[in-house]
Formats: sequence, C-alpha cells, structure tokens
Amino acid sequence: MNYLLAFCFCGFVCLLGQIIYDRTKLTPGHITSLFVCLGACLDLFGWYDWCIEVFHAGALLPITSFGHSLMHGAMAMSEEYGLLGIAMGMFDLTAAGITSAILFAFLTSLVFKPKS
Amino acid sequence: MSSLAGKTILFESVYLSHFASVAGPIENQGPLHEGFDWTYDDLYAGEKTFEKAERAMQSQAQDLCLKKAKLLKDDLFCVIGGDLENQLVASSFSARHLECPFIGVYAACATSALGLGLAGLVVEAVEQPVMVSISSHNATAERQYRYPVEYGIQKKPTCTYTATGAASFLLSHQKASIRLVGCTLGRIIDYGLKDANDMGSAMAPAAYDTIKRHLASRQQTCQDYDLIVTGDLSGFGAKMLKSLFQADDIDLSPYQDCGLMLYDVAHQKVYQGGSGAACSALVLASHLLPQLLSGQIKHLLYVPTGALLSKTSTAQKETIPCIAHAIEWEVCQ
Amino acid sequence: MDKQAYRDLVKQQQPKVPYLKNAITAFLVGGLIGALGQALVTLYMNWFGLNEQQAGTPMIVTLIAVACLLTGLGVFDKLAGHAGAGTFIPITGFANSMTSAALESRAEGLVSGVGSHMFSLGGTVITFGIVASFVIGVIRYVFFGG
Repeated sequence: MNYLLAFCFCGFVCLLGQIIYDRTKLTPGHITSLFVCLGACLDLFGWYDWCIEVFHAGALLPITSFGHSLMHGAMAMSEEYGLLGIAMGMFDLTAAGITSAILFAFLTSLVFKPKS
Repeated sequence: MSSLAGKTILFESVYLSHFASVAGPIENQGPLHEGFDWTYDDLYAGEKTFEKAERAMQSQAQDLCLKKAKLLKDDLFCVIGGDLENQLVASSFSARHLECPFIGVYAACATSALGLGLAGLVVEAVEQPVMVSISSHNATAERQYRYPVEYGIQKKPTCTYTATGAASFLLSHQKASIRLVGCTLGRIIDYGLKDANDMGSAMAPAAYDTIKRHLASRQQTCQDYDLIVTGDLSGFGAKMLKSLFQADDIDLSPYQDCGLMLYDVAHQKVYQGGSGAACSALVLASHLLPQLLSGQIKHLLYVPTGALLSKTSTAQKETIPCIAHAIEWEVCQ
Repeated sequence: MDKQAYRDLVKQQQPKVPYLKNAITAFLVGGLIGALGQALVTLYMNWFGLNEQQAGTPMIVTLIAVACLLTGLGVFDKLAGHAGAGTFIPITGFANSMTSAALESRAEGLVSGVGSHMFSLGGTVITFGIVASFVIGVIRYVFFGG
C-alpha cells in the first residue's frame, strides 16, 4: 500500500511538472524553482508534513520536499533562537542531500567524460 | 565582377576546383555516408575535448582539400573560416597550421555561404586560390547555446540537431567544371519570433527574402534552377518557407532542405532534422557538388540560413534576427 | 504575408507536443522513482533498524548517487529525454543538473571548471528555496510565532 501511495504522489507531482513544461515556455530550471517555492509555502501550515506522513517516500523525493526541508529546519531552529534561528537552521535537514550531490557530482566529473 | 540591382554580385571567373568533407558519427549513419571523405566513429575524434575534436575535423578537411588539389599551403592567398563557437575558435585555431592570411566570418548556420561569397570576391580581385573552411560540432554547440550534453532535457518537437563535421572548398580563377555564378548577401530579417527551440520557422522568412531578391535581380524564376536548397530550416521551417512562397503564388520547386537530406529524419533521433554551420556545408560537399560534377543537376541555388541569437539574447527574451545568403552555382560547358 | 500573419501561421502549424504521451511517461517514471524510494526506505529500516523518518536521508543520498552515476555513464540524458518531468522533478534531476554541469566543465580544470560551474543549473533551486523559505519563515515566525 505504501508503495502505491508513494508511486501516486511522486507521479502526480511529476505529472504537474510535465504539464507546465509542455504547455508553457518555462524550462526545467524555472519549474523546479517554482516547485521548491511551492514546497516551502505548503509548509506554512504544516500541510507538507501531512503529505509525508501519508505518502511516505513519495513526498520526500519531488523537489517540493527540498523547499519543505529548508523551511522545516529553519522553523525548528527559530523556536530556540528566534529570527536568527531561521538562518541558522536553514540547511539542517537538507545538508545530507546537498553534500552528497556536490560530492558525487565532483567524483563523477573526475572519473567520467561527457559522452554525447 | 559586376553587381546587379538588388545587390546581387556576379562573378566572371570564379570556379570551385576542389572540396573535402569530414563527418561525425551520426552523419555517417545518415543517407549521405558514401559522400564523405573521412568520418569519425565518436564525437571526440581521438582528441581530449569536443573543442579540440572540432578543430581536428576542420584541419583535416583543409588538409584533404589541399591534398586533392595538389596545392601547398603557400599557394593559398587566404583562408576564410567560420564555425559556431564563441570567438570562432575552431576556425582560427585550426588555421594555425596553414600559415596563410586568415579571415574569420560568422553568420551562424549560413556561414558557409557567406564564406563562399566573400571568397568569390577575393578570387576575382587577386586571381589566386582561396580556401573556405567551415565546421560545427554537436557537443560544442549544445554546450554553448543550450545545456551541458549530459543534462537530461526533453527536447521540444521543433528542435533540430546540430551537425558534427567540417568541409573545405577551394575556389580559384582557373577554369574548372563548377562555376560560382553569383551571390546575394542576405539582410537581417526578424519576424518577431522568440522561440530558440524553433529556429526553422524563425529563419524561413530570411530565406524567403534572399531567394526572392536573388531571383528578382537575376530575372529568373524558381524553375530556372535544377534545385534550390536551404541550409537547415528542417521539417517545420521548410514547410513554413513553402507557405511564405505560396502566399505570393510562387511555386517554390524544385526545392529541398539540407537539414532533411543529411539525416534519415524518420529513423535517426534528430527531431525536425539537421542544423548547424556544417549541416549545409556537408550536404554541399558530399552530395550537391558531386551531383553538379556528374551532371545530375546543372544549376543550383544554395541558400543556407542562420539564426543570429545567443544564449544571453534568448534569456533576455529578444526576438531572433536571421540571415540567409544565396550562392548560385552552375556547371560549365 | 505580413509579420503578424506569419507568426500566427507558425503558432497554428507548429508540430504539437505529444501531451498525453509525455504526461503518462512522466507520471509512470516519477511514480516508479517514488516507489523505488519507498523500497529503499523499507530496506534501510529493516537493515539498520532506523525509523521511517531516519531512513529518508540515506534513501535520498542513494538516489542522488545513482543519478550521478547514470549521468556519468551517459544514460541519464537519454532516459530523461523520454521521461521529462518524471526525472527532473524528483531529486534525481537536481543531481543530474549538478553532475552534467561538472562533467561538462571538467576540461577547464577543477577550480575554474568543475568548482565554479557545478551550480550553474542546479543553483537556482537552492537560491529560490532559501529565499522562499526565509520569507515564509519570517512570516510564520512573526504572525504565527514559529
């Protein structure tokens, strides 16, 4: 059941992205930026947390989750340190993702060459 | 040399003596594979970077052309080179070994015709051989005009595929079987189209303008030619060009587009067809000129088109200015 | 034909994007990535005795690693050519944008190439993520008390 839920939610977000990509002149860069902002907005009332609870990994994978994680880390820290905490906690939850992306991208560029 | 009203230049004695072509892997899988003098199985052409590969291809086409003509590099008056890379690095770097005067020209995908036209002028003036050298490379162009080659992007159906390869043409005043009759240099034409993923329809009005001006000043009709070719309008652009002529009740035939001739568009993954400076140059050197030599066609109008955009201008939402230069070829009796 | 008429004609006759096919492929590929993520989460929960929340991070790291590797092997761009948003909306797209930019600029050296170009495509996500999160975070803090 969890697999089906994850499948449907992740698929649905991708479907939305595809419709925007096909119907407008926006590039993937525009669309992912838009979705990150959307993810942060959905965290305003904790809606995205609900999505993760219900759809599990399906809600963690789309780029919307990145916005939500940034926001979430910031909010958790702000409880302790106030406004300054927003800046302090911003990368708390996304650190692993960003670090691994930088690391693996770097390593890949050392090993491989662009093909075609 | 003389010029006609409508700014068409007529040459008295400019002949194409020799030509050579070097093609990449995808072009070699296409219908013209038998016409290329040399081909490579991968985009690196044995070099370390794509940029170096493009230079290597262009140098090789130059060498092959000189070899065929049994000329030494000292015999050339000058080389006119062009490609799609910023600062024309492929052309100027590959001309290093020729050690003769160099002129770099840029007209995007119409560079081959601009180079040939200018070479015609030089040959008329100095009566010495001039070489025109053109190249483009899919990966260097993708990288410069679009995205990194490994970036996962879904192409729009109006996209074209930049051809990989190089071609060299040797023009001289000594009589040979193919004559450069004249040339009409293009005007910048901008119909206000903005979509960098659909350059064919942006460039079609430029081809329309140049072909019409050339025919008018030469007092010819389309049917005076055995073939009129455009450079890289490809599927949709060629269709739009026909519509433009149809609106004027002019029958644009016999007409073909090099972007559709270089590849098997139905089976190769090239979207609407080929584009790039090498697309028209490769078709000219591997297919059209051999046909002129064998007499299958006797009178050819060659009109490559170029979209003069950059990544910056596209990002700043500018419209796409386009250009087309026409070169008229005929077989000498 | 005047310019406006030509533009209208182009708009009207332009080859159509295969909307339905693209949408279905994006849904299926995106869904499969989601299900794969779920499988990894389950796997890590069983292997390392993590709870579901803890298993999310290694799952994302795994998928980023796979996307980087596929980009290096030259497979990702071909897959993404069909899948479209199915691969660029999940975190795999972010990994691909960073890796492809890094690979491409490797020829210019490690610092002026890889180092300075790695974020040329993926950076926008981080920029907008932070700006949006900060603005919304401040709003939430000020009006709702965190």
